Amino acid sequence: MRIIKSDLNIDFLKIKMLATVTSVVLMLASIGLLATKGLNFGLDFTGGTLVEVGYEQDADLDAVKSQLANAGFDKVVVQNFGTSKDVIIRVAPIEGEDKDKIGTKVFEALKQASGENIDLRRNEYVGASMGEELTEQGGLAILVALICILIYVSVRFEWKFALGSVAALAHDVTITLGLFSLIQMEFDLTVLAAVLAVIGYSLNDTIVVFDRIRENFLKLRKAEPTGVVNTSLNQTLARTIMTSITTLLVLLALFFLGGATIHGFATALIAGVLIGTYSSIYVASNVALALGITKEDLMPPEVEKEGADQDALI
Amino acid sequence: MLYNQQTVRPINTYAGWKYAMLVIVLALAILYALPNIYGEDYALQVSGPKGGPVAAEMFEQIEQNLKDNGVEIKKSTNEDGRALIRLFDSETQLKARRLTAEFLRDKGDFGVALNLAPATPEWLENLGGSPLKLGLDLRGGVHFLMEVDMEQAISKKEDQYIDDFKSLLREQKLRYASVVRVNDVGLVARFRDEETRDSAESEIRQRFNELNTRSRETGELYEVVITIPQVKITEIKDYALQQNIATLRNRINELGVAEPLIQQQGAERILIQLPGVQDSERAKRILGATATISFQLVNESAGYNPSRAPAGAELIKEEDTGINHAIRKSPLISGEHLTDANVGYDENSMPQINVNLDSEGGAKMLAMTSKNINKPMAIIMRESKGIYEEVDGELKLVDTKLVTNVVSAPNIGAALGSSFRITGRFSPTEARDLALILRSGSLIAPAYFVEERTVGPSLGKQNIELGKTSIIVGFIAVLIFMLIYYKVFGLVANIALTSNLVFIVALMSLIPGATLTLPGIAGIVLTVGMAVDANVLIFERIREELREGTNPAQAIHNGYDKAFSTIADANITTLIAALVLFGIGTGPVKGFAVTLFLGILTSMFTAIVGSRAIVNLIYGGKSLKKISI
Repeated sequence: MRIIKSDLNIDFLKIKMLATVTSVVLMLASIGLLATKGLNFGLDFTGGTLVEVGYEQDADLDAVKSQLANAGFDKVVVQNFGTSKDVIIRVAPIEGEDKDKIGTKVFEALKQASGENIDLRRNEYVGASMGEELTEQGGLAILVALICILIYVSVRFEWKFALGSVAALAHDVTITLGLFSLIQMEFDLTVLAAVLAVIGYSLNDTIVVFDRIRENFLKLRKAEPTGVVNTSLNQTLARTIMTSITTLLVLLALFFLGGATIHGFATALIAGVLIGTYSSIYVASNVALALGITKEDLMPPEVEKEGADQDALI
Repeated sequence: MLYNQQTVRPINTYAGWKYAMLVIVLALAILYALPNIYGEDYALQVSGPKGGPVAAEMFEQIEQNLKDNGVEIKKSTNEDGRALIRLFDSETQLKARRLTAEFLRDKGDFGVALNLAPATPEWLENLGGSPLKLGLDLRGGVHFLMEVDMEQAISKKEDQYIDDFKSLLREQKLRYASVVRVNDVGLVARFRDEETRDSAESEIRQRFNELNTRSRETGELYEVVITIPQVKITEIKDYALQQNIATLRNRINELGVAEPLIQQQGAERILIQLPGVQDSERAKRILGATATISFQLVNESAGYNPSRAPAGAELIKEEDTGINHAIRKSPLISGEHLTDANVGYDENSMPQINVNLDSEGGAKMLAMTSKNINKPMAIIMRESKGIYEEVDGELKLVDTKLVTNVVSAPNIGAALGSSFRITGRFSPTEARDLALILRSGSLIAPAYFVEERTVGPSLGKQNIELGKTSIIVGFIAVLIFMLIYYKVFGLVANIALTSNLVFIVALMSLIPGATLTLPGIAGIVLTVGMAVDANVLIFERIREELREGTNPAQAIHNGYDKAFSTIADANITTLIAALVLFGIGTGPVKGFAVTLFLGILTSMFTAIVGSRAIVNLIYGGKSLKKISI
């Protein structure tokens, strides 16, 4: 079976300008959204209390809200979680003595008011300072990952490629975050992990394309850089699409069957894989081309050597 | 005769030893993944006093008691300090706990906990096989993060230094105007003349060489500024943290939790995970409980093991020996004066406990002991403990009571000051425990709850179910897709992918400390998707070679060859991302990073070496007209 015809020769770079404009617009829009609307940070980042309660029947959210108001909790967010029987209640951090007891109090209040046999499924309390620390750590993690990757790609390829791949990563991360800002889906710790996984995935894609560009530069001696890049993109297209499909297959399974707790995780990764696939074709190689890659940049002798000692390994 | 040293191997064949190695590695992976299919037994875990082992006779009695009450026992073991009674269902488990708790109520300080014990067969267990350890989000339980109040730890230490400086200066007859703490400066000792100041500085420097000193003049006063260097501050913080951890560990044993986790996290925090615990309030009450110690004199006129207390004294039992002591109510030196207690060894290398008191405590101790040489002094611990009763199958806190206990009552050998040692017939373990109790009775700095997560058992079960379903569905979807798209080669990739999953499960089961969390499952799912990437790269290369007219056998060879460096580069960069995640992340992010990291390593092995071996087996060593790809 073939998805991509074998004699494919799409002129990807014909719409280079259009792609560049699209990417820049999307990135600016994402930054704008992040600056104005921001992310809907979850408990992990904001601090506060979250209680998940399981009812026997469909829960009446308004009743839950008024029951809590009667118990003295008026600034709460009440939502269904996963099913209509599950409710999560978020209480913003309150200054006072027993901040860590709020969860239990909320549950007791609901249990008494409803008269039903309700089930405490989750009770989480995160101190406000913890959240700040996590935001710092998360940002730091993304930054450190980007720098390490920049160094590795510089060593293995060349700085122009490294910049290209990091540009693609920044592009993917920004737009994924922008999407989360747009749909205001909760951004919790698992989503942060997903964003970091997007970095890994998108990079994987980019490296495969770069590897082929390098190989073709050495093989097609007289070709133009643009031509080489285009040929490489065509040659790797089948693989790019195949891998995206298999990854998306499992992600869709997670999205539909994984339950509400990892909904955000699956959403971030699905968005990231789609954006990552696009960016490995347009952003990474475009940036590298714009920086003016030439054949001379890519003559590291160790590439040939690596192929030679493979027999021993496999 | 001459032979060519290297025999030329036909194209696309592997040496026999390579197959042997692959088979062995795979067999090992299957063996260590195996414990996961046996499930878990409902079990009762009994622990002895202070979380120690249960004596063999006592364990027999417990078993007998259960049998007498009609509880059917599946299997029971009392090994490595872990007394486990396996039962058939959760109902008998609850009944057995009630019976055992009642049985042990007046027999001492035993803990009885519900547990799920892996039902791994013995032969597998002997080979080191154990199932995956599930995180709290999958098995339910309570997670706490406590933060030690380091400001208090440091200010207490500063107070103690101030006390010590004052008594040193008094001792040396150096008149000071004041010794105070000045914010952003340090500890300041003020003098009226330069000469006194200079000799005071040299005294302080001599006695407290761990501190930094400098001198200055302000107005009419001559000052010594003493600061605690960063190294010492780190030491103070670490001490406060370790002390809290030790205390918490002691208290958690009381909670009757099967496999608690108490761990330092960063420089100021302590992570506590209590699997299976649902009542977080109760856990918090116990963890936050206070114990105090005191040094008091024994009234010997009451005789040995008295049954009535003489006037001005109270009867307190020594827990370890069961002997009563008549303890004088005053004088009393309370534990707040205690600054340190460590185990040391005397000249006969017998263990001893070195105790340090602050200067006020030292003065009191001197007054109390100088008149009572050769008489016993008791070390008494008062602890508030909860009393629990079984209501509707759940333990409920009904009351708290003050438990008083004589830890030890050694004779006073000489007049004691602010630092002295307690000797006796201690074993090293007993000495360590006693030092720990002394220290824990005088926490330098309290710890606060900064994070708390309770996951109910129903949510845990649901998370496991959902995780399993999504792995299976996603996995099968990928298998079908690969089979349709790459035919025979797709089948090869599928075998590689399946063994990859076995490898991940085996490694996760083998690595101590690796726990499977929900994000971890997501990591596995993601690896399943990405693991085929290596094979896709190879197969697309082979197709390309075929299009260019290379003969099939050579195409296979070239495909694997050329794809290799690409696969390596692509995976190493993802490995970097996983490593960064592991290094910086905490909790769930770490869980995800571990599975991603392992998944990349195993997928490289199975996709490159494993799939090549199968392809070689099918197509190797002959000239081919056509291959199914």
